[in-house]
Amino acid sequence: MGEEGKKIIITVLGHDRVGIIAAISACLAEKRINILDINQTILQGFFTMVMVCDISARTIEIADLREILNQKGQELELQITVQHEDIFRYMHRI
Amino acid sequence: MPFNITKDEVLETVRMLQTENLDIRTITMGINIMDCRAGNAEETGQNIYSKIIQHAARLVKVGDDIEKEYGIPIINKRISVTPIAVIADRFTSNELVVIGQYLDKAAADVGVNYIGGFSALVHKGFNRGDSALIEAIPETLTVTSRVCSSVNVATTRAGINMDAVCQMGEIIKKTSELTGDRDGIGCAKLVVFCNAVEDNPFMAGAFHGIGEPECTLNIGVSGPGVILSAVRNHPDISLGHLANIIKNTAFKITRTGEMVGRIASQRLNVPFGIVDLSLAPTPAIGDSVADILESMGLARVGAHGSTAALAMLNDAIKKGGAMASSYVGGLSGAFIPVSEDQGMINAVVAGALTIDKLEAMTCVCSVGLDMIAIPGDTPAETISAIIADEAAIGMINRKTTAVRLIPAPGKKVGDWVEFGGLLGRAPVMRVNENSPSQFIRRKGRIPAPIHSLNN
Repeated sequence: MGEEGKKIIITVLGHDRVGIIAAISACLAEKRINILDINQTILQGFFTMVMVCDISARTIEIADLREILNQKGQELELQITVQHEDIFRYMHRI
Repeated sequence: MPFNITKDEVLETVRMLQTENLDIRTITMGINIMDCRAGNAEETGQNIYSKIIQHAARLVKVGDDIEKEYGIPIINKRISVTPIAVIADRFTSNELVVIGQYLDKAAADVGVNYIGGFSALVHKGFNRGDSALIEAIPETLTVTSRVCSSVNVATTRAGINMDAVCQMGEIIKKTSELTGDRDGIGCAKLVVFCNAVEDNPFMAGAFHGIGEPECTLNIGVSGPGVILSAVRNHPDISLGHLANIIKNTAFKITRTGEMVGRIASQRLNVPFGIVDLSLAPTPAIGDSVADILESMGLARVGAHGSTAALAMLNDAIKKGGAMASSYVGGLSGAFIPVSEDQGMINAVVAGALTIDKLEAMTCVCSVGLDMIAIPGDTPAETISAIIADEAAIGMINRKTTAVRLIPAPGKKVGDWVEFGGLLGRAPVMRVNENSPSQFIRRKGRIPAPIHSLNN
């Protein structure tokens, strides 16, 4: 459990278009957040992405990152959420 | 440890938080104030004030930080204290109003919206402190805005104190009259209990029981919207299967509360008490227990079958939640308030839901007749009789029951009361107009029930 609290999960939902991953990963790189895993599917033009990120070297608070990505989401007409990994662990695993 | 949660699971959690109103309804810090008693009310009030500030100064900040970091809404931060009546012996009711004002000030200064514990436990009888406190309730709830009051008038082991039941009818009337300019809002902060629990985090009935530690954190989770969506997604399955789905969902909701409780307890350095896994509705659309019952297949809540549907819902929530948390407590179950649940309001307006059916439903739900507006001219004895009926249900069935009625001054059946915010709005409901006054005026005690020959 040494790594606990060092990861966040970013989800992106919306209509597919050019540059979604580029826009988000640019945001993350700027804040020194490392992408560990991306799982992305497109079903009938609907884009779904779940991204696991390491935040141990981050230069920003999670709440501020959430705000920035929210704004980015509005620009790109996507729903972007940022959650701490613990909530998923607690909810789906004992 | 690698992240091994599937994408579907991630998206399920995100949906619960984003569209189904999953939230932590309250983080309630219970604080023992028995050491705050001094020679006079002023000094006692100051001691209580200092102790609350000392323990709860960081409560709101920590709650807000967790909300920001974890992205889980934490709607309320609250405080409960030892029932004030316990330290009230030899104080007059005027002095207790002063203590109530110190509680209000402490709540305002630490930034919590409610503080519970202006309470007395009188199920077997009154001591002087209890009597003075109960006398002080109407004025205290008028001159304060954050203080919540509760009185326990019955238990399964002691029976029903009908002297207290009789008096509480009058106290509720007086409270509503004193706050008549605000539709009797004082009564929205006053609960009369049977079998009150010591670790309830939900207002208005929260107090820090005398069996509790010096300071503790109790968490109230909610999520009627999450259960509603799970039920709606399975319109055709059998009830046994549906109960399982509700259990699974309740498990997930409760785990969120468990996590927040553990983090908050660690950061505040206060022991984690319990998770109360109640479905607490809010006036928000979709955040309704009535909607769940209707999505189980009732045209309107209040229809025949409502009690059975609620019984299954309540039990499935407990089963799922009990597995999810190391310590479950409080009231734990489904709340069926009227003013705080848009589905309940709609059913009342449509004529489908009456106070009699609500009473029947309280036999199988978590608490009782909650946030129900009744005509302002309802006699005190009738209110006492409604309390007596609820207390009898709790006493015989070994469960907590409660009454939170608002006799709205000047209002008649069909009029509306408006409280705003979490307390919502409610249509004034009809009560049975036949007088129970002779029965209530007999007073005395209804003896504790026998615990065998259960039929």
